[in-house]
Amino acid sequence: MATTQADVDLGAESTKPSRGETNERRIVGQRGFSLKNLAGYIFLIVITIYCLTPLYWLAIAATKNNTDLFNSFGLWFKDFNLVANIEQLFTREGGIYLHWIANSALYAGVGGVLGTIISVAAGYALAKYQFFGRGFLTALILGAVLVPQTTIALPLYLLISKVNLINTYWAVLLPSLLFPIGVYLARVYANAAVPNELIDAARVDGAGELRIFGRVAMPLLLPGMVTIFLFQFVAIWNNFFLPFVVLNDPNYYPVNVGLATWNFDPAAHELLFNLIVTGSFLAVLPLIALFLFLQRYWRAGLAFGGVIG
Amino acid sequence: MTTSASQTAAAEPGARAVSLASMGRRLRRSFSSRALVPYLLLAPFLTLFICFFFAPLFYAFSQSFYRVQRSGLGFGPPQVVWAGADNYLRALSDPEFLDGIRRVILFGLVQIPVMMILALIIALLMDSTVIRFRRFFRLAAFVPYAIPGVVAVIMWGFFYSPGFSPIVQLFNMAHVPPPDFLGPGMILYSIGNISTWEFMGYNMIIFFSALQAIPQEIYESGRLDGLTEVGVALRLKLPLIRPALLLGLLFSLIGTLQLFNEPQILSRLSGSITAHFTPNIFAYNIAFVQTNYYYGGALAVILGLITFVFSFGFLRLTRGRSGG
Repeated sequence: MATTQADVDLGAESTKPSRGETNERRIVGQRGFSLKNLAGYIFLIVITIYCLTPLYWLAIAATKNNTDLFNSFGLWFKDFNLVANIEQLFTREGGIYLHWIANSALYAGVGGVLGTIISVAAGYALAKYQFFGRGFLTALILGAVLVPQTTIALPLYLLISKVNLINTYWAVLLPSLLFPIGVYLARVYANAAVPNELIDAARVDGAGELRIFGRVAMPLLLPGMVTIFLFQFVAIWNNFFLPFVVLNDPNYYPVNVGLATWNFDPAAHELLFNLIVTGSFLAVLPLIALFLFLQRYWRAGLAFGGVIG
Repeated sequence: MTTSASQTAAAEPGARAVSLASMGRRLRRSFSSRALVPYLLLAPFLTLFICFFFAPLFYAFSQSFYRVQRSGLGFGPPQVVWAGADNYLRALSDPEFLDGIRRVILFGLVQIPVMMILALIIALLMDSTVIRFRRFFRLAAFVPYAIPGVVAVIMWGFFYSPGFSPIVQLFNMAHVPPPDFLGPGMILYSIGNISTWEFMGYNMIIFFSALQAIPQEIYESGRLDGLTEVGVALRLKLPLIRPALLLGLLFSLIGTLQLFNEPQILSRLSGSITAHFTPNIFAYNIAFVQTNYYYGGALAVILGLITFVFSFGFLRLTRGRSGG
């Protein structure tokens, strides 16, 4: 079911497939406001308020100083101190916040790019070659998708401390490269987007297997790779447990672990409120931007749901 | 697909002729190496998989059969000794561990149905023909999924703190005593609310994508038979997106068993969150606060095993029932 969905989304150029469907559906149902669907609207408006209010609050709170955070109404502006907050945030502890953002960008950016290439190579191999162990590996990877990061984090800590990698970039970066969902998605995309005939034709033309992967398959898989990259980037950027256990030197923290330690710090806590709020607000912005600009790719990735079930 | 192949061939007739001439040699060469190519392509992934998936699990597993023993009256240097299954037997009768398991089960029984039903209603409304501004509503419901979990918990933590929270301010304005969101009676619901906020949109998109993949014509017969929109949704749509519903349910169950971030970050605000609040928090505290890696390893193995057995059992059960 969802194979076709992913296929449709990936195959689409710039017109969104859902737009076409909407037009089709416009004929079928009666639209507009009527008493009958009033309940539906009320429900959706309540849900929207529920989903957006915390973010609205965060945006407002990022403009307040510590006194106003406590003494003014949370859902409306007081004095506008966003610039002062950002200044304070960027200079605190020698600019450690910017360092955390850079670390997050490093972990998620490098991890996402390398991880995507590794996943696509593996997914392509599983989709397009007959070889010994293929069925077993496919099942194994599907099983790994179902094992959450938190289960692995504690054993990972034990092993990483054994090989003396605690408090290094490698401790976060290397495990982050592993992204079984990415392999799973790449396999689905390779089946859908790379025709066997094309591979055979390239073989007849004398292209080597790795060249076919790099020059023929990869360009066709590019939209799928963007989806995998997006998911992996967000998964690494948002991952808390792994960096939380394998790092204890603030210089290596990603931004979410840094914010959490400020939040945990009982002594400095009250003084840091405005910085935690402003820091959270700024850390959310790149993800919202990614999310809004690349919506199409999000859906293409999530649609794989029907395949697994 | 075949057209592109013939286009390539037509575009380069010279190259084609050359390749035909030497095809036999090339085929022989590529056949001998082609068998190795998939392994070569899989090698980076498998290396990572072995190093950062199997090795840690295996290491934790092997460590879980040892324990630290202090010689004499406890003044001598600690020694690591073979413990057999002691750590496992200890875990299975550890009231704190069992308490955590009981709590996440209770949590899941309330939180998962609430979240799934809300997500399903939104997805059905998004798929229905009678609602406008669906794109906006869909975006609004999905945005929380893009927010880092830590930031989500910090935000909701502020919403729960008395003396700071806009919700408490609203209660005070109305002269109604505000609820104690962080007290022992409410804390589980407060955490459930954060999980629901974070993952409702994710489930909604999974359901919605499945609904969109179903051809409209299937519903036409239902409408002709006089089914209302609600009737179509319940009688026709729900059974058709069953795989997506089960997948959402499975991921929610796994997430619930692994509950860690939300209670861990909220624990600074709430005294009701103990060091054994969830099994994962307990394992974390055993391993990192008490630095008992051996018992911690055993707990991690048990948790991993429960999750694994659970997911596979669940998948097999549901697949068996749907007959495919």
